[in-house]
Amino acid sequence: MITKVVMEALSPTMEEGRIAQWLKQEGDAVKTGDVLAEVETDKAIMELPARGNGILRKIVVAAGETTEVGNLVGVIAGPDEDIGGVVGQGGQEEQEGQSAAPEAPAPSALTAPTALTAPGSGEGAGRIKASPLARRVAGEKGLDLRRVEGSGPAGRIVKRDVDAALTAPAALTAPAGGAEGWEDVPLSQVRKTIARRLTQSLAPIPHFFLTVAVDMERAAEARDALNAAGDVRISFNDIVVKVVAMALRQHRACNAWWQGDAIRYFHDVHIGVAVAIDEGLITPVIRHADRKSLRAIAEETGRLAERARARKLAPDEYTGSTFSISNLGMFDIAEFTAVINPPEAGILAVGAITPTPVAHDGTATIRRRMRVTMSCDHRIIDGATGARFLQTVRRMLEQPLAIVW
Amino acid sequence: MPTITYRDALNQALREEMRRDPTVFLMGEEVGVYQGAYKVSRGLLEEFGPQRIVDTPIAELGFAGIGVGAAMVGMRPVIEFMTWNFALLAIDQVVNSAAKMLYMSGGQVPVPIVFRGPGGAALQLGAQHSQAFDSWFAHVPGLKVVAPATPYDAKGLLKSAIRDDNPVVFLEGEMLYNMKGEVPEDEYTIPLGAADVKRAGSDVTIVCHSKTVAVALKAAERLARDHGLEADVVDLRTLRPLDVGTLRESLHRTNRCVVVEEGWPFCGIGAQVVDDLQREAFDDLDAPILRVTQADVPMPYNKLLERAAKPTPDQVIAAARRVAYLDR
Amino acid sequence: MSPAQDQARALDPARSDFYHGLLRRMVLVRRFEERAGEAYAQGRIGGFCHLYIGQEAVATGSLAALRPDDYVFAAYREHAHAILRGTPPRAVMAELHGKATGCSRGKGGSMHLFDAERNFLGGHGIVGSHIPIAAGAGFAIKTRGTDQVAVCYFGEAAVNIGAFHETLNMAALWELPTVFICENNRYGMGTALERAAAVYDVSHRACSYDMASETVDGMDALAVYDVMARAVRRGREDKLPTLIEARTYRYMGHSMADPIHGHYRTKDELEEQKALDPIQRLEHALTEADLLDGDRLAAMREEIEAEVDDAVRFAEESPDPDEAELFTDVTRD
Repeated sequence: MITKVVMEALSPTMEEGRIAQWLKQEGDAVKTGDVLAEVETDKAIMELPARGNGILRKIVVAAGETTEVGNLVGVIAGPDEDIGGVVGQGGQEEQEGQSAAPEAPAPSALTAPTALTAPGSGEGAGRIKASPLARRVAGEKGLDLRRVEGSGPAGRIVKRDVDAALTAPAALTAPAGGAEGWEDVPLSQVRKTIARRLTQSLAPIPHFFLTVAVDMERAAEARDALNAAGDVRISFNDIVVKVVAMALRQHRACNAWWQGDAIRYFHDVHIGVAVAIDEGLITPVIRHADRKSLRAIAEETGRLAERARARKLAPDEYTGSTFSISNLGMFDIAEFTAVINPPEAGILAVGAITPTPVAHDGTATIRRRMRVTMSCDHRIIDGATGARFLQTVRRMLEQPLAIVW
Repeated sequence: MPTITYRDALNQALREEMRRDPTVFLMGEEVGVYQGAYKVSRGLLEEFGPQRIVDTPIAELGFAGIGVGAAMVGMRPVIEFMTWNFALLAIDQVVNSAAKMLYMSGGQVPVPIVFRGPGGAALQLGAQHSQAFDSWFAHVPGLKVVAPATPYDAKGLLKSAIRDDNPVVFLEGEMLYNMKGEVPEDEYTIPLGAADVKRAGSDVTIVCHSKTVAVALKAAERLARDHGLEADVVDLRTLRPLDVGTLRESLHRTNRCVVVEEGWPFCGIGAQVVDDLQREAFDDLDAPILRVTQADVPMPYNKLLERAAKPTPDQVIAAARRVAYLDR
Repeated sequence: MSPAQDQARALDPARSDFYHGLLRRMVLVRRFEERAGEAYAQGRIGGFCHLYIGQEAVATGSLAALRPDDYVFAAYREHAHAILRGTPPRAVMAELHGKATGCSRGKGGSMHLFDAERNFLGGHGIVGSHIPIAAGAGFAIKTRGTDQVAVCYFGEAAVNIGAFHETLNMAALWELPTVFICENNRYGMGTALERAAAVYDVSHRACSYDMASETVDGMDALAVYDVMARAVRRGREDKLPTLIEARTYRYMGHSMADPIHGHYRTKDELEEQKALDPIQRLEHALTEADLLDGDRLAAMREEIEAEVDDAVRFAEESPDPDEAELFTDVTRD
């Protein structure tokens, strides 16, 4: 029996994948579940499993090559079966640049082992809510509903959402010509995704920025005390994550997503923590950060960051955040403005902690200070709202015992 | 084309059918000398005499049964209930006798009878005089149930009901009797079991019958003018058998539906419409089907409370906006 | 003189065939009902089964006074009425067994026997509901101007229900040629009439409607016949209704599922009534009048036995209705 090996949609936003390496070679016996290859997606390196038993008769897309989701990458069959008809359909050559608006890719019949959440469908993995009509139209058009944001009640995907998703965004064409002495480096999947998403973010989202300077003396003392007492190293960023999460509970207006015709205010708080990786950056998510102890946050952040750097993050580990934090303090950046991760309402850019001369209790002194800048989506958050949120963040950082509440 | 009232349309139907077929007779309270409690039978006693226009004592069970017996031996009675509220007294004859006779007798004894009268609420008549029993009768196999909304439909459907060989429950409305509409002079009938699109549109289907047709049409006008939604207003006309085909065809075009009905919500006619559509046209639905019904209370006397209990164009508009995802 | 002798004097040899016919029919329906009871006890008949045993004289005597074009309506204790109207015992027994060959095609059962060809129009299960229906047939007769009559059989427990009252009022008011026959067997299921009715004499109610009425000994087939003939004539000629109260007695319980005696009536009473058995009475009367001998009687009983045997066998061997019949005859389209 012939089993086609196809490029599977291994992440909600994946449109194409690059075969990083084949773990089985032509002629190897494989059975259902065996890992055939490692595939580089827009987010991470994923495993491509065999969906049938037999011999891996042909590899159609070689290691290093990229192909669209749904295309043939290999064929599993019996040792003597004629696979000519199947292979003839072939995979797709990688295209340089994108001059045409990409159509929705062929539907992948198989889902990744972990449950996927549709982007914009809220926290929690599981069933996609879509009206029967939306499902039918999506099915007819080969549109993967996990890629569609639902504007109906409780994130239900309705027909207009499917219609909108089928309308492809305009693509940029490569500029013609140019000076001599240059080198084109093909975009990695991660780079492509970052470019796409953040371009989509900055242009339509009306950003405004609020900066506040925070006195970190007490936070430093608390951190030292905790680290002395415990076995898990708490970083300043962990404290910021916890404080921001708790502040979001008090300022629900900042814990929201833009839904197009509504603002979704979340009941839960999930913080995306930006992590630098070789190719760029990714934001693993600390779920329910407001309810987790500093220790738990520290452990989880550390674990997820490691997985991120190893390109092993699963989709449900990097989607679903309701607010994000980016920290460039370790690079001595005093302050900076971050781009909001759509569809979130805001992102906090954390700068370095620097001993700074300030007036404190009436005298000049040197205290460790940190500047944080919040980028706000003005459609969701107004100046006063954002300012009040930052006041709370600052208050809690300056009096860390507040975390205990 | 002449414009006449719903009342006169019924009168014409009765007159024409009685002239055409000597086995047709009308029986009920005040139908003869009084000229009809709502004047539907005005002038008929003078034309057809007391053996064919029969005034009865107040004995609904009795005269409904007499109608059934006469039908069983080959006549075509039209039994008038002064209002359908009183028909509860006769429901044994409508359901246990008329509806079941053909089946129980193994097909030997048909009952070609029409039970007719005004149903549903009027104005401040109170709890016992305001109920819409549409679904009570539509529930019963063996009956046909008809509810015309316009003079044109009333005449054509009553003629067909009288000619039908089955027991027909014919639901009129006190609030409809004065309604005016165009009715052809030439003979015509309207088949039972066929719904009618009263207004064409492609954004939302509004299903209605009897008095709620006017509510639906008012709502449709405002939906088009103020909300950018063109409604496809489908008047059921016959409740049993239900014309699911026309409903499906409409839903296929609009993908969203609101049902507006006069009765109470639980197990009302709309519940059946919803069941048929969700079962047969699931993939055409972009939103759940919403119903606008009478409030789930006995009808109060006070004018404002009564108005609040009845379905209104505002409620239909709100429901239409929700199924179009204009509101949550 | 004994009642039997009394009757013997009243018998007219010229009508011997008529008397034999009555006797034969009473024995037929008696045997039929007894066999139906057996079949029910054996599980071949299901649901309700209300037996007529003991009351034969009422249906036999009265139906003998009708024409084929008259309309007959009965309640649910109506196996005898259907057979006496002319429906073949085979068709009735098959209907009790729910078979496709039954007179209602297996879809009515014991309580809903119909034979439209013979103007036997049911077979009605709701107490009193067929009383106005019979008057409706009377209304049709009046409209058409024929000399038919409509006849309605019901028990004495039905005279307390609204439908009875509403109907008799309208039948008298509008002068409908309908004969209302109340088979007063003294018990409405387990309730004696004296416990259910403020006025015991059913026929007295007719004066509320200014309607003619008569009371008759329902165990005397000939007496029933005479009273019925008068009522039918009143209907045909005067176009007026009559209420007949026929006093009779049932030997079995209200239905096969109900006790024969016990709380609501005593065994002694039952035995007393059996002594007035209508079949025995007519037999004696005929014998006394030399219009019947033992041989003829024996031959008649043998014939009847064979006929009832045949009906039972026919019913047992007939097929059930096709499953498709579930959906037929709901409406006529």
